[in-house]
Formats: sequence, structure tokens, C-alpha cells
Amino acid sequence: MIYCMYYPTKTVGKKRGTVMIYTDNAATTPISPSAAQTFTKCLNEVYGNPSSLHSIGQKAAEVLFEARQTVAQCLNCQPREIYFTSGGSEADNQAIRSAAHAGKKKGKLHIISTSVEHHAVLHTLDRLKDEGFEVQLLEVGETGLVTPQQVADAIREDTCLVSVMYANNEIGTVMPIAEIGEICRARGVTFHTDAVQAAGHLHIDVSKQNIDMLSLSGHKFHGPKGVGVLYARKGVALESLIDGGAQERGKRAGTENIPAIAAMAQALKEACSEMDEVARQETAIRDRIIQGLSEIPHSILNGDRDKRLPNNVSFCFEGIEGESLLLMLDEKGICGSSGSACTSGSLDPSHVLLAIGRIHEIAHGSLRLSLSKYNTMEEAEYIIKTVPGVVEYLRSFSPLWKDKVSGKNPFILK
Amino acid sequence: MALYSEKVMDHFKNPRNLGSIENADGIGEVGNAKCGDIMKIYLKIDNEIITDVKFETFGCASAIASSSMATELIKGKPVSEALELTNKAVAEALDGLPPHKMHCSVLAEEAINDAIKDYLSKKEKANS
Repeated sequence: MIYCMYYPTKTVGKKRGTVMIYTDNAATTPISPSAAQTFTKCLNEVYGNPSSLHSIGQKAAEVLFEARQTVAQCLNCQPREIYFTSGGSEADNQAIRSAAHAGKKKGKLHIISTSVEHHAVLHTLDRLKDEGFEVQLLEVGETGLVTPQQVADAIREDTCLVSVMYANNEIGTVMPIAEIGEICRARGVTFHTDAVQAAGHLHIDVSKQNIDMLSLSGHKFHGPKGVGVLYARKGVALESLIDGGAQERGKRAGTENIPAIAAMAQALKEACSEMDEVARQETAIRDRIIQGLSEIPHSILNGDRDKRLPNNVSFCFEGIEGESLLLMLDEKGICGSSGSACTSGSLDPSHVLLAIGRIHEIAHGSLRLSLSKYNTMEEAEYIIKTVPGVVEYLRSFSPLWKDKVSGKNPFILK
Repeated sequence: MALYSEKVMDHFKNPRNLGSIENADGIGEVGNAKCGDIMKIYLKIDNEIITDVKFETFGCASAIASSSMATELIKGKPVSEALELTNKAVAEALDGLPPHKMHCSVLAEEAINDAIKDYLSKKEKANS
């Protein structure tokens, strides 16, 4: 059974092919058994088209509505404010383009965002720049935070959108969303947040937090891939990215992916109902790993120590490169991720690590471990026993490291 | 298909000729920290034959594998032959590298060239 690869077992850290410790949940999560069950049940039994008027179609329409209700309850909004998309990226694209083009009609061409957003946001903003929008990316502090004051100071008469991520996917920093929402509402500016890493992990209340638009993705909280949500408050104009039928109130054409939508709703409901308990467990494991890895000399924690996702551990280790670290850890049965250039597929390391002031050399040596409810303290102990040895091994033949040890070049991290 | 060939993974996991040589006859170092790749090659040369070669590398798996393979390809070879080592030969010996990792094989070629240049200039100085 494939679950044994993901779920807690008594044997940890064996080589590939046996048990792996999966700590790359910010990339994606394994589907929960109940979401998988919902998925297969719908796939087999709810095959009708929700747009069909016969009973089989209407059964599907019911399942779709229930899913919409469930998601709305989790976010504290109305079901009609929930639009199902293909995932977080599509939701980000649609939210940002909609708000921008609505602004343009009123002659407002100024957009505020941050330098640490996901590429789904940043690349959409790049496209809008080409269309004549002025995009202002707020710089973040050394822990990856923007302040509500920064947002307040940046808002102008012609600002049509503020888009600030809820929590950062690489360094786990949680932004002051409610405070930013309050400012935007008071100033009459549409506020969008990319909540892909936060949904199902942190308490979100779009009404209380004054969020106008929010994106989330099903597979980040043990739901299926290829499905997500755009929440758009009633009265916020949406433009469709995909034209065709009248699905999703005419804002997203295409026959609805019922199994994925229903499974995502189930996963979100489950995640929200056990959120506090999971967060407590993850935080304990996270803090143990942070404490253990902090012992490695010349290393540094990335992101805010306190305003941090319960499941995020992110470090930079001086003198080594992230991809080789990842692959060595994979050999030892630990799946993680890195923001090094070699893993980002470009020549530059992660824009997030650069934005918080890590220079290229340091950013190359990054490691992100992101937890889920399936991780255990036993796995944490294995991780903190294993990572230092791998770092030491890679340093042992790194000319960069040796030049620092010999005193030829200075150390950058303490 | 996996990102890397089995050969790349083998040389990454079990690097050949890892380490340094004291009183090396030639040392080459290329790359920089900003780009995330630094390769250092040490040569021991007797009668124009590379009798020993070691490497140290800061970089990704393909950088480590490329250094390892390059050292294997020149070990025991005459200096003149080592000078002709191309990045293509390194990549081919590794059963190929992904397109965006080809620069790792280029670095390996350059590191070896740099080490041989160092050897030749030292030799010239000694003879003059």
C-alpha cells in the first residue's frame, strides 16, 4: 500500500525503496484517506454534469453546492463568493488580473505587492506591467515581513490592488493580513491574498480580516492536485480567464471537476476541524528541528521565528550547495526542498532568500523542511541526527568552505 | 525519467578522487560562490604523466559528478592528452547531463585546464 510511504511508521530513515520521511509538504501533501475516499466515490458515483437538468446531473450539482458551502464555512463567507479553479496559480492570476482591469476602467493603474510573493503572483504582475500598470513591490524585513504601515504608506489615489501573501511558501513567515486588510478596506482598495500555504493550516476569516480576494490550492492541505479556490467578495468584479459555458457564475468556464472539488472540500473541512491540534503537534516538531539544526555552526534560520507557519523549517548552511544537500538527504530517507539556483531551474537562487538579505552564496545553501500531521517527533530526531553529518560531509570537500576555515575568506554566518 | 542518469548519481554518491594533494604540481580553481559552483583540481605529475588527481567541489550533484568523472578521465594520462579533454567527453561519460546542467561539465574542463596551466607555468618558472 502506498500510504506506508507517507504515514508514521516505526522505522524511519531507511534508504530509498523502504520508508521515507516526507518533509516537503509546502510543495505538496499526500491526500488524506477521507479526501481520497470522497474523490473515488465521486469519480465512480457522481458522474453527472451539474449543468444537466436530469436527476443524475442534479445529484452532481448538489455535491458541487455542498462543496461550495463547506469551503465557504471554512473561510467564513457566502457560498456564492467561492469560485472553483484549477489551483492556486489560476486563482492568483484571475484575482490579480480582475482587480487590475477593474481599476484600469477607473484610471487606477497602481498595484502594491511584495518582493516575496509566489511566482504565480509576480509573473502575473510582470504581465500587467507590460500592459501599463505600475507595480510597486514592498521590500520585506530580514524575517520576510512587510508591515501594515508600509502598505498604508504605499497606497495612493490610483492604487487599484494590494496583493500580499498570507504566509510565505519558502520561509514560512506569516504576514499581518488582518491589519493590512483593515487598512485596505478603510482606503477603499481591493485586497487580495495568496493563502496557498495558509489555508487549512491557519485560521482564516475573510470577513473579519477584511479580505476581498483569496487564493488557495487543494493539494496543500491533503486534498487533490489540480483544484483550487478563488474567493471573491460579493461586489468584487471578476473577469474570466477561460471563456465558454456559464459555470462558476460565468467566471470560469468548463465542466466542474466534481471529484477533485468534493475531495478538496472534504480535506479543507478536515484540516480546519483538526487545525489547532495539528498545529500544536507540528509546532513542537518544528521547534525541535529548528533547535537541532541551529547547532550546526555557520547556519541561520530563514523567516520569522514567531510569526511562522507551524510546519515550516528553513535554514541556510554556509559553504554548501542546496541541491547536493537535498539529494544526499534523499539518500538518507529525507525528502526536503531547497531554494538554490540548481533547484530553482534558473541561474539565481530563490528570490525570497535574496529579498530577506541572504547573499547568493548563502542562498545557494538553503534547505526547507515542511511538515504535515503525518510527521512524528521520532522523524524529527532522525532529521536532526542526520542533517549535520551531511552538511559536514559536503563541507569537507567544499573549496568555498575550506577557504573560510583557513582564514583566507571570512565567514558570513555566525 | 529521473533528472540525472544512474552514472551521475553514482559519481555524486561515490565520488572518485575526492580530496586534495599536498605539494601538488598543478592546482586549478574555477567558478565562483555567487553562481553556486566552485571546482578545485589538484594534479600530481611525473614525466608529463598525471599520476594522481584529486578534486574538491562546492556545487550541485552534477558539478560533483562532473568533477569526479573528469578526474577519472585524465588519471594516468599524459598531460597533453588531458589538455584535450572536452566538456562533451565528460558529459558523455556520465551518460549525459540535463541541458541546464551542461555548464557543470564546462567547469570541469576549465578546472583541469586551469590546473595544467598552473603546472606548465610552474615548470616554466623552474626552468628559467
